[in-house]
Amino acid sequence: MTAPNHGLRIFVPGDAAAVACGADIIAMSLEAAAFNGKVAATVVRNGSRGMHWLEPLVEVETARGRIAYGPVAPEDVESVFAAIAANGAAHPLCLGPTEDIPWLKKQTRLTFARCGIVDPRSLDDYRAHGGYKGLTRALAIGPQAIVEDVTQSGLRGRGGAGFPTGIKWQTVAKTPPQQKYIVCNADEGDSGTFADRMIMEGDPFVLVEGMTIAGIATGATKGYLYIRSEYPHAIAVMTDAIATARKAGMLGVSVAGSAYAFDMEVRVGAGAYVCGEETALLESIEGKRGQVRAKPPLPAHKGLFGQPTVINNVLSLAAVPLILDKGAAFYRDFGMGRSRGTMPIQLAGNLKYGGLFETAFGITLGELVDEIGGGCFTGRPVKAVQVGGPLGAYFPRALFDTPFDYEAFAARDGLIGHGGIVVFDDSADMAKQARFAMEFCAIESCGKCTPCRIGSTRGVETVDRIVKGVERDKNVAVLTDLCNTMKFGSLCALGGFTPYPVMSALTHFPEDFGTCPRLEAAE
Amino acid sequence: MQTFQNWDSEIAAALIASHAGQQGAMLPILHGLQETFGYIPELAVPMVAQALNLSRAEVHGVVTFYHDFRQEPAGRHIVKLCQAEACQATGCHALTAQAEEKLGIKLGETSRDGRVSLEPVYCLGLCSVSPSAMIDGRIVGRLDAKKLDALLAKTSR
Repeated sequence: MTAPNHGLRIFVPGDAAAVACGADIIAMSLEAAAFNGKVAATVVRNGSRGMHWLEPLVEVETARGRIAYGPVAPEDVESVFAAIAANGAAHPLCLGPTEDIPWLKKQTRLTFARCGIVDPRSLDDYRAHGGYKGLTRALAIGPQAIVEDVTQSGLRGRGGAGFPTGIKWQTVAKTPPQQKYIVCNADEGDSGTFADRMIMEGDPFVLVEGMTIAGIATGATKGYLYIRSEYPHAIAVMTDAIATARKAGMLGVSVAGSAYAFDMEVRVGAGAYVCGEETALLESIEGKRGQVRAKPPLPAHKGLFGQPTVINNVLSLAAVPLILDKGAAFYRDFGMGRSRGTMPIQLAGNLKYGGLFETAFGITLGELVDEIGGGCFTGRPVKAVQVGGPLGAYFPRALFDTPFDYEAFAARDGLIGHGGIVVFDDSADMAKQARFAMEFCAIESCGKCTPCRIGSTRGVETVDRIVKGVERDKNVAVLTDLCNTMKFGSLCALGGFTPYPVMSALTHFPEDFGTCPRLEAAE
Repeated sequence: MQTFQNWDSEIAAALIASHAGQQGAMLPILHGLQETFGYIPELAVPMVAQALNLSRAEVHGVVTFYHDFRQEPAGRHIVKLCQAEACQATGCHALTAQAEEKLGIKLGETSRDGRVSLEPVYCLGLCSVSPSAMIDGRIVGRLDAKKLDALLAKTSR
C-alpha cells in the first residue's frame, strides 16, 4: 500500500516518561526506517497519552483515526514500521484505535483534552484543536466577567490547598492599578505527581493562554513560570512555546492585537522542595533563600517584589482557557460537593497501569487503585497508598471507599494534594515510611520555623526509638505530641503536613512499629 | 559526560553582566555559573555580591540553601538516583545499595579519582515508570539491576 501524498504522520511522545523508557531511540529508528524504505513520513513528538505502562506508545494517523502500538522496544521498530506503513495494520503490539483503549475512554479529559494529540511545538495545531478560544472570549467579555466566570466555575487551586481560584483573582483585581504579577507554580516536587510536567511537555500553549487570561483579568502585565530544575524537558518546551507565542503576537505589548499587555518568562528552580510553597517560591524568584514568609500579608496584596500577585498551580491555570471557552456552568457540572470539575489523577509507584487519569471528582480510591491501576505491578497485595505526595496520609485498604474529593479526604485525616497516588505492596514497612517522612522534612525544611526545623529531626529519632522498642508507649506519646506541635505550629505545609504520613502510618499500621494494641489485647 | 571551563574571572564577569537589569537575577546567574564551571567557584561569590548590591554572606546564603548548587566540582559523571516514595515503592533502596557497592562510594559522595558522583534526587516526575534515575543529564525509567549495571559501566571512564 502506498502512503498518501503528504506522507505518514507518526507520533512518538517526547514526554519525559516516554523518553525515560527509550522514546528518543524509537523516534530516530522510525525516521531511519522510513528513509531506508523510501516512505514519506513525519515523526511528531507529541505529549504522552498518559498510559505510561505502554510507553513508548507509537501512533499513526489513518482514515480510521490514530492507531496505537506499544510498548515499542528498539527490536520491534522494523516490524512496527511495516505495520504502520501498511495503513496501521495488525501487529502483536497493536492496540487498535487509540481513542478506543478502555483506559482512555473511561476518562473525562478537560484539562488534558489536547495532551498527546497535538504537536506541542505548533501554535497552529493548538489553534486547530480549540486553542485560544478561551482568550478570544476573555478579550470580548473583559476583566470583571472573566473573574466572575472563574469564580462561578468552582475551580479550586489544584496545587493542593484547594483555595477558590476566582477569589484569589478577585483580590488581586481589586488592588489599585500598579505593577502586578501572575506567577505559575510549576515546582511540582511531590513524589507521585507529574501532571504539571505532562501538560507543560504535551500542551504548553494552554498554560501560556491560561496565564495570559489571568493577567488580563487582574491587570497584571508580567508572568513568571517557575519550573523545577528536575524537569529539563518541560523547561525546554515551555521556553520555546513562550517564544513562539510572542512571535505570533499572543504575548507582548498588545496581546492578540488587543489593548492588553502581557508577557511571561520561565524561571528555573534549584532543587529545593520547599520552594513549591507559594511564598518560598516568591522569595526564590526574587533571588533569595527559599524561606517561607509569614502570612499576612497575602501574596495577593504583597507578593512578588512586594506587588499584588496571583500565584496559581499549573493545573489551575491550564483549566482556565476551557472554562472561558465553554462557560462556568460546563465546568461546574462535573464533580461532587464543593469539588467541582475534573482532577487529573496521577497513578504511580507499584501499579500495573500507572499514568495520568483525568476524571470528575467523586471516584473512589479503591476504583482508582484496583480497577484503573490494576493493583500492584509485583502481583502482591496492595498494603497502603499515599495520596497527595510526601505530605499526604497513608491509607489502608479499609479506607478505599473514600471518594476523591477535598472534603472527603480531609474528613479521614488525609488530603488529595496535587492528586498523586503512590501504591505500595505488602513488602512495605510503614514505620520506615513514617521515618522517611520526618527525614525528608528535615532535609527540605527551610529552617524558618522551629516546629519544622527541629521537630523533624526529633521525629526521626523518636520513630527510631519506637521501632527499637525503647520505652515504646512513652515514645508513641512523644511522637503524637510532636506531630500535633508541628501540625499547628509550623508556618507552612511542609512542617504542618508531615504529621499526616507519620500519624496515618502509626494509626493504620501499628504492627509495623512493633506496637499492636489489638493483637496484644487478644493474647 | 559534561565538560566545563576552568575558572576564568573574565568569563564570569561577562556572564554576570549579561543579567544586568534583570529582576531577581540571582538564580539565573548562579545557574549560569554552574553550567559554565560545573560549580559555583568561591571567587565568583564576591563578584555576584557586588553586581547585585548584596553582601557576600547573602550570596553565600543562597548558594548553600539550594541543593542544586555545588561549591566543589562534581565527578566527571553524575549518577542521580531518585529516593522519593514512588521509587521506594518499586525498589530504589536495593538499586541504591547496588550502585554504592559497584562504585565503592556512598550516596552523596564523589569517588576519589573524581570519576563519578552518586547523588540522591527527590523526584524526577517519572513516578509512573519508577524507579528512575538521571545519569549525566539523561533520564531513565523502569530501572532494574541489569539496566543499572549497564549504565554504571558507562561511567567507568
